[in-house]
Amino acid sequence: MTYIAKPKFHHPGLKKNELGYTHRDYEGKISTLCAGCGHDSITASIIEACYELSIEPHRVAKISGIGCSSKTPDYFLGNSHGFNSVHGRMPSVLTGANLANRELIYLGVSGDGDSASIGFGQFAHSIRRGVNMTYIVENNGVYGLTKGQFSATADRGSKSKKGVTNTDNAIDLVAIALQLGATFVARSFSGDKDQLVPLIAAAIRHKGASFIDVISPCIAFNNHAGSTKSFDYVREHNDAVNRLDVLVGRDPISVDYAPGTVQVVEQHDGSRLALRKLDADYDPHDRLGAMTFLQKHAAKGQIVTGLLYVDPDAEDLHTHLNTVETPLNTLDEQALCPGSAALDKINASLR
Amino acid sequence: MKPTDISAPDYFHKVVDCQWACPAHTPVPEYIRLIAEGRYSDAYMINWKSNVFPGILGRTCDRPCEPACRRGRIEENPVAICRLKRVAADFKDDIKHRLPRPGPRNGKRIALVGGGPASLAVARDLVPLGYHCTVFDADPKAGGMMRSQIPKFRLPDTVIDEETDYILDLGVEFKGGHRIDSLKELLAANYDAIFVGSGAPRGRELDIPGRKEAAANVHIGIEWLASVSFGHIDKIGRRVIVLGGGNTAMDCCRTARRLGGESVKVIVRSGFEEMKASPWEKEDALHEDIPILNYMVPIAFVHDNGKLSGVTFQKVKAEYDGKGRRNLVPSGEPDETVACDDVLVAVGQENAFPWIETDCGIEFDKWHMPKVDPKTFVSTNPKVFFGGDAAFGPKNIIWAVAHGHDAALSIHRMLSGEDINERPLPEVHVSSQKMGIHEWSYDNDISADKRFKVPHRDKVIALKDIRAEVELGYDVKLALGEAQRCLNCDVQTVFTAPLCIECDACVDICPMDCITFTENGEEDDLRRRLKAPSPHHDQALYIADGLKTGRVMAKDEDVCLHCGLCAERCPTGAWDMQKYLIDMVHAGSTCQSKARSAA
Repeated sequence: MTYIAKPKFHHPGLKKNELGYTHRDYEGKISTLCAGCGHDSITASIIEACYELSIEPHRVAKISGIGCSSKTPDYFLGNSHGFNSVHGRMPSVLTGANLANRELIYLGVSGDGDSASIGFGQFAHSIRRGVNMTYIVENNGVYGLTKGQFSATADRGSKSKKGVTNTDNAIDLVAIALQLGATFVARSFSGDKDQLVPLIAAAIRHKGASFIDVISPCIAFNNHAGSTKSFDYVREHNDAVNRLDVLVGRDPISVDYAPGTVQVVEQHDGSRLALRKLDADYDPHDRLGAMTFLQKHAAKGQIVTGLLYVDPDAEDLHTHLNTVETPLNTLDEQALCPGSAALDKINASLR
Repeated sequence: MKPTDISAPDYFHKVVDCQWACPAHTPVPEYIRLIAEGRYSDAYMINWKSNVFPGILGRTCDRPCEPACRRGRIEENPVAICRLKRVAADFKDDIKHRLPRPGPRNGKRIALVGGGPASLAVARDLVPLGYHCTVFDADPKAGGMMRSQIPKFRLPDTVIDEETDYILDLGVEFKGGHRIDSLKELLAANYDAIFVGSGAPRGRELDIPGRKEAAANVHIGIEWLASVSFGHIDKIGRRVIVLGGGNTAMDCCRTARRLGGESVKVIVRSGFEEMKASPWEKEDALHEDIPILNYMVPIAFVHDNGKLSGVTFQKVKAEYDGKGRRNLVPSGEPDETVACDDVLVAVGQENAFPWIETDCGIEFDKWHMPKVDPKTFVSTNPKVFFGGDAAFGPKNIIWAVAHGHDAALSIHRMLSGEDINERPLPEVHVSSQKMGIHEWSYDNDISADKRFKVPHRDKVIALKDIRAEVELGYDVKLALGEAQRCLNCDVQTVFTAPLCIECDACVDICPMDCITFTENGEEDDLRRRLKAPSPHHDQALYIADGLKTGRVMAKDEDVCLHCGLCAERCPTGAWDMQKYLIDMVHAGSTCQSKARSAA
């Protein structure tokens, strides 16, 4: 780790967003992860996405569990709310916070250990309920903090740094998320920010359960030959189905695409996603098709990345539960204690 | 773009902007680090080797290094390089035992005309090699314009004495009070080489009506300053006008303030911003209650039967033509007469070589300047060399020193039977600064401090005593603070592409967004695709290819803080911080014929 603080000086020509912030204003403390960790690139991508969306840092809640990945919220959005919960319990804490205050942007940051093992059930239920959040798994296939044991997402047949072969089947969190009804599902790679930053931005703007699985090589324990989550392996086997541009507001699509190659998806909040197709047959609105596509390519050893599924008309948990529009902390006494007449009415309805 | 050849000695040299801008190429960051460590004598010796007069230059240098300083591109002010040099001089121990000793005499004799910085630099380089150097100067003591024209309140005699004595004590024969009136005679004395470092000794005249009649109260700036310096003049009228906007004008007005000038004004033709004087010298003048009036062209000295009563000025304004050239045109306002008792004319300096006969083999150009080779400093007479202001007109001390080094090298080569046009390449050392996983042999924690002000003597006291030095210099604590502002630009970011796994760690950590991994392209195109804007095309792009993805690493050197975070966050050691030191070639450098070595 680095002991000095990152200097406050920044490039004098840095662009500012609508709020007058540079991307440096979205940083947190300096990372204490190993040099070269893929997680740091995801951190940089979250910073970039929030900067590009001109998000007010104090309107974001970043919530994590335990593990290398769950340490990262300390390294971005230093002026946002944060909750570093117990191992695997990020989804519950996030769900609770979301129910109490629906106006914040919820970033759930977790790892493959945190979400695919100890917190697997939590992960499943938060997705199943359609909590409005951006759930990012920083997936390196190993337990880095305990020196590199295989995690539940390590591919069968891949080799550990010591040369041991993994005999267990891997959990594909993307497949599970699709199956459980997530309304925005993507996979990306920490070494490809051009792909990752717009995916994070689109997920943040999506109203519903967004899930992004980011392959993030562990430099210390999982970046060797025989690993299926190394920089070299992912670069060689990456099969991107599309490229994304997020268009916020009324910006016209200025990029000149060849006709028929771009699909524009309009989300509920008015943001539009311009999808450049790389695979002509891939349809990101077809949940079943996506699942089949994933399985077929996985069988061939390919890692499918891109925006895999999006439901632009998604609903979230608040809609399902018909909850009050305002955050609970802004409800006044009148709303919270409507008086005995209201109580009598409720009691009467239950008789 | 082609991959950068970092083994070319100039590549990293340019990244050390201050050193590159310095005519003598003083290794600035190296001595600033020594100051921070409290090793003042070591810092002084680095300077002494490179610029010969650290104490003098630390007070008076024109500081081309400071506008070049990288720090000035990331915040308001550059590092106070010049004043840190003075710190080294102020706090050093006795360094006499570290000075070179004259080598065994080689029987060769060199005559040096003028005892200023150029000649003394030549003598400093040649005496240790065994040459017999004789310096002739019209003034009784060595120093030239450093002694005669720079006011004592900026540069005390003790400092000049100390640093000229370091050179004279090497065994230089100094003939003070001996003006050379004939080059022909000097040539006849059969010296093996002659170096002319006689400066630009003549102040430019201002030939306007009334000049002759009012002569008693109109003085030529540099002559007047010299007279003050040598004690021949000790007072001036109550109201003084200084004409001219250069540093000499600033010295004139501040001197006048100390000799009885209660109302001293500087009046310049050009605009305030375009004045030739250094910004800090203008500041010092303004601080001493000297107004600077601009866009006023003197058209006549007003006098009453020879008694000066004022100067009449035409008011002008600046107009720019299609090519952006400035013309001063009458503004249409009525002329203005400013009353005064004395005028100091500081409108420029000229060379004068009445003592060089036409049949000495020295050719002159149409501006009456000797034809001098800008690399070797030889004139059209192969035995006669020029340097300092005598070579290319008025510049400043640090240029004179740089000329001196080069001329000395030419003289040494010529008298060793070598081709003077062949200049040996400098020796370059590049060495890793890595001490541990995240430890470097330099302090990479970037200080956020603003430039520290140099303490000044109280104005009331300073204006009463013409010999009281105004600037008191940094104390040890201020010097440490200022030294920490240096970005260590000589500690270079060195990239080894085959080690890189393209994890982006360096890109993510870089506080200045200097690093981009992208497809290669032509320079203009590449500069547009960098992570941060790249407005300074004179600042190099460091390009490395050979990466697995086929992209290139492009680093814009422009605003790199040299904090080493790229190297700290690099998991494979593809980035390293390596200190670059360049040994400029002086006469007698060892290894002159050896091939250069770089990264």
